[in-house]
Amino acid sequence: MAGLYFLALALLTATAFVLARQRASALAGGRGREALHSLPIYHGMLVASGILAVMLLIFIFGAPLVSHLAHSNAVAQLPPDVVADNLKSTIAFREIFKIASGEPAGPVATDAIRNAAEAYRSTSVSGHWALLATGIAAGLGMVAFGTSRITRSFRARNRFETFVKVVLVLCAAIAILTTLGIVLSVLTETYRFFFDPTLKGKPTVLGFLFGTEWNPQAAMRADQGDIQSSFGFLPLLTGTLLITAIAIAVAGPLGLFSAIYLAEYATPKIRAFAKPILEILAGIPTVVLGFFAALTVAPLIRGSGEWLGLDVASESALAAGLVMGMMIIPFISSLSDDVINAVPQSLRDGAYALGATKSETIRRVVLPAALPGIVSAFMLAISRAIGETMIVVMAAGLAANLTANPLEAVTTITVQIKTILVGDQEFDSAKTLAAFALGLVLFFVTLALNFIALRIVQRYREQYD
Amino acid sequence: MTDVTFLPGAPSARRLDLTSDAAKARVRSRYRSEARFRWYGICAIVVTAVFLVVLITDILIKGLPAFTQHSLSIDVPVTAELADPEGKGTPEALAAGDYNKLVREAVRSHLGIEGRAATSNLSKLLSTGSGDGLRDAVMSDPKLIGQTVPVTALLSDDADLYLKGTGTKIERADGVAIATPSDVKGDITITAPGAFAADTAALRDVITKRVATLTAGAELYEQSADATVRDRAKPLREEIATLAASISDANAPALLGSHVPSLLIAINGGIVKLSSLTNDTASGTALIPLKSAEAAQAGAWQRVTYVTPEADRKVDDAKVALLDRLQADGKVSRGFNTLFFTAGDSREAELAGIRGALVGSILTLAVTLALCLPIGVMAAVYLEEFAKKNWFTDLIEININNLAAVPSIVFGLLGLAVFLNFFGLPRSAPIVGGLVLALLVLPTIIIAARAALRAVPPSIKEAALGVGASHQQAIFHHVLPLAMPGIMTGTIIGMAHALGETAPLLMIGMVAFIVDIPAGFTDSATALPVQIYLWSDLPEAAFKQKTAAAIIVLLMLLFVMNGLAIWLRKRFERRW
Repeated sequence: MAGLYFLALALLTATAFVLARQRASALAGGRGREALHSLPIYHGMLVASGILAVMLLIFIFGAPLVSHLAHSNAVAQLPPDVVADNLKSTIAFREIFKIASGEPAGPVATDAIRNAAEAYRSTSVSGHWALLATGIAAGLGMVAFGTSRITRSFRARNRFETFVKVVLVLCAAIAILTTLGIVLSVLTETYRFFFDPTLKGKPTVLGFLFGTEWNPQAAMRADQGDIQSSFGFLPLLTGTLLITAIAIAVAGPLGLFSAIYLAEYATPKIRAFAKPILEILAGIPTVVLGFFAALTVAPLIRGSGEWLGLDVASESALAAGLVMGMMIIPFISSLSDDVINAVPQSLRDGAYALGATKSETIRRVVLPAALPGIVSAFMLAISRAIGETMIVVMAAGLAANLTANPLEAVTTITVQIKTILVGDQEFDSAKTLAAFALGLVLFFVTLALNFIALRIVQRYREQYD
Repeated sequence: MTDVTFLPGAPSARRLDLTSDAAKARVRSRYRSEARFRWYGICAIVVTAVFLVVLITDILIKGLPAFTQHSLSIDVPVTAELADPEGKGTPEALAAGDYNKLVREAVRSHLGIEGRAATSNLSKLLSTGSGDGLRDAVMSDPKLIGQTVPVTALLSDDADLYLKGTGTKIERADGVAIATPSDVKGDITITAPGAFAADTAALRDVITKRVATLTAGAELYEQSADATVRDRAKPLREEIATLAASISDANAPALLGSHVPSLLIAINGGIVKLSSLTNDTASGTALIPLKSAEAAQAGAWQRVTYVTPEADRKVDDAKVALLDRLQADGKVSRGFNTLFFTAGDSREAELAGIRGALVGSILTLAVTLALCLPIGVMAAVYLEEFAKKNWFTDLIEININNLAAVPSIVFGLLGLAVFLNFFGLPRSAPIVGGLVLALLVLPTIIIAARAALRAVPPSIKEAALGVGASHQQAIFHHVLPLAMPGIMTGTIIGMAHALGETAPLLMIGMVAFIVDIPAGFTDSATALPVQIYLWSDLPEAAFKQKTAAAIIVLLMLLFVMNGLAIWLRKRFERRW
């Protein structure tokens, strides 16, 4: 149905364009283009864009209206006890959709369901035809209206440019809409998680923020045990921070020193060799790094731990942290490289003139000058590490341990979001909504880190020019 | 430094000292620390490079074997009762035929083995898809029924892995005396005076050592306070008793077990797996029946050793013997694994391919590209050329910068809550994946497009305005075409990023086991990185290989995309 509508839309738009352009050309007659305010093509584009906008709007508002009507007509046919019961109505509607789309009726189909399906089908079919008719009528109307307005002095170009500008603004506003979508979806589900009284299991804000036990699976058996204690977020936080700390401990020195070397010491030849290495490393998908961490690094660490007489978990935080550190090296290195290069040469020359060696210049002059930028690079790296998913999903554990021992298995916020949401999609259980609460924490923590990083750079940047 | 005082004539507080030993030592230490500092930098880069090399080598070593596959070439007599059990000859009836059994029977009669154990071994060696080629051939030409057809049958993942070298080394030595087998099948005793003396002595040593190890273990268990732990000593004691009895007397037969290298005898066209040895006789079971029970001359029979003990490998002696024989007969061939690129996912490692995931990735990326290229370019044009400096523009810019740093899994949550639950789009569909990835890479593309637009010198726009173009004409006819190479480069890099992205796709359900190749934007599909994640979770060793192979394909695609971006940049880059 939608296909037919968009076919009509495309045809009408194209015809309108051709018609309007021809009419404008005819108006100009043989006197060349000077006779018109706007080129014929702008007249064509204006009418075409008008049709496009009107027909799209009709579809965007009409299609949900039709399905809403069909839905309510179907509900009217169902007995009240089915409508009142959430589960029963879900099953009934699954069957209704099946019958309405032409498949044979299943065993749960009652007469009421058959009637409802028939009502659904007939409403939605007639609704869609009505929608198509409205759309085509409006389109034809626009064609007539648009072409009738074409005169020699009609400012088609200016009007079309206004239309284009509106489209441009809408495109740019998608960024705002995305943020809004993220914040709203995460916030509403989190609100339900904490304050929805019908939810199985009773999580509380305090229990979530300060609880030390994380066991969302227990919420499925809502009648047994103390459910409040199973949504304690602290072990996830410590797990995330532990892996992040290991990653930064690896990536910090390696990234910073390679940035210093590349910016200050490296000859163009070495730069041409080392830069691509960092770029390739930056381009490796995290799922590949996760595979490497889980299948190569973790057994290696476990093996060498056994050799040293240490008891290492097979999903140790160390393995995930090490590989995550490797992932972050290019990130820190390229950001720090830029910052170090931005320090003016005159500062270095001044230090050299005082007799400082190159490393003394770097340590005492260049790095302090670049410090705000380097700090912000580290904060961005931390935010990247906290939000990283695949490496920890594949190499870190699932059990929430409150520990600071890097040889034990810990779990992270992202691992838990993934574990909860892959598989079951029951949106009325606290377990599923807990993932959104974790997402909220993740979103705001990374947002705050990015914001602080940005402010540090803005605030403490030395103005040398 | 305001309190520095310098009085002419007064002794300077600090004299310039360059010659004393202390000064020289200071300079030396400063140069040492300079060298050290430099070394830190070199080490950091070398460590990173080594990591990258190890990563790529590891994946190549793991993945490259999966690009080839072993199969069996064998002539299969196509009998009507298996190929067309109902005798109708219709396509449905033909499709219902048991072609795997046809292939299995052909292999069985080639090897001359019989019995339920042999059938079970063969069905484990042959893939569950081994008859697929034959089925297709018969269905396209039903006249083949009753004829003998040459078939290339796929081997199972275990057999394939064994043939790729994860099994055992096989050592062969010619027998030194005349050997006489007692029978041609079943339990066989082979008499060859003196031929097994060395083997028996070596075996006795191994058994003595094993008895000692087992005894130590059993004693450890018996000292435990826990009754269940003490119970574990019982089977050990039983094994010790049997082993000890077998070496107690110099003439008693020494027992072979699954913890020592397996010893077999190839004689008269058959293979006998030995279970006990004395200096003159060896007894065991025939894995492949002998052609005759005649005595074989020295040099006409062989002692075969499978070096890795049976307990330490996945493929047992019986299957190794069969594979070894098939290989010796030249029936096994190694070819390029085309199935890997033409099949969808499967529960059987040897039948699993990445085509479904590849098509899913392509569909997803098509949606992403169709959305984020026009939107990204238009947003960039607006922000760079038309936006006035006001709070709305600032808000957009802040949002773009923030979205670029939001974790990708949060975009998955957005897709789940908004696209799936609110708009009711289908789960696991490429269209939703494409939408989510488009939002994810949009900031990247906007930022790249803005940089490309900024790099076009203002004189171009000014010249266009000067000859009477409108602002939009100047931008869309002159500035944007010049910025296009830069925008394309940014877009390709953004697409490469989207191709490798996994986490948001997990959230919107593109993580199911999907056998069919997706045919449209709303079909259930998975993507290449998600397939990698799914396979890496499976326990079979063959799937680990497939995972690494899929990673190689993914990395190659990324390599090509990034190479294209670099080429575009080099080819069209313009310095103004």
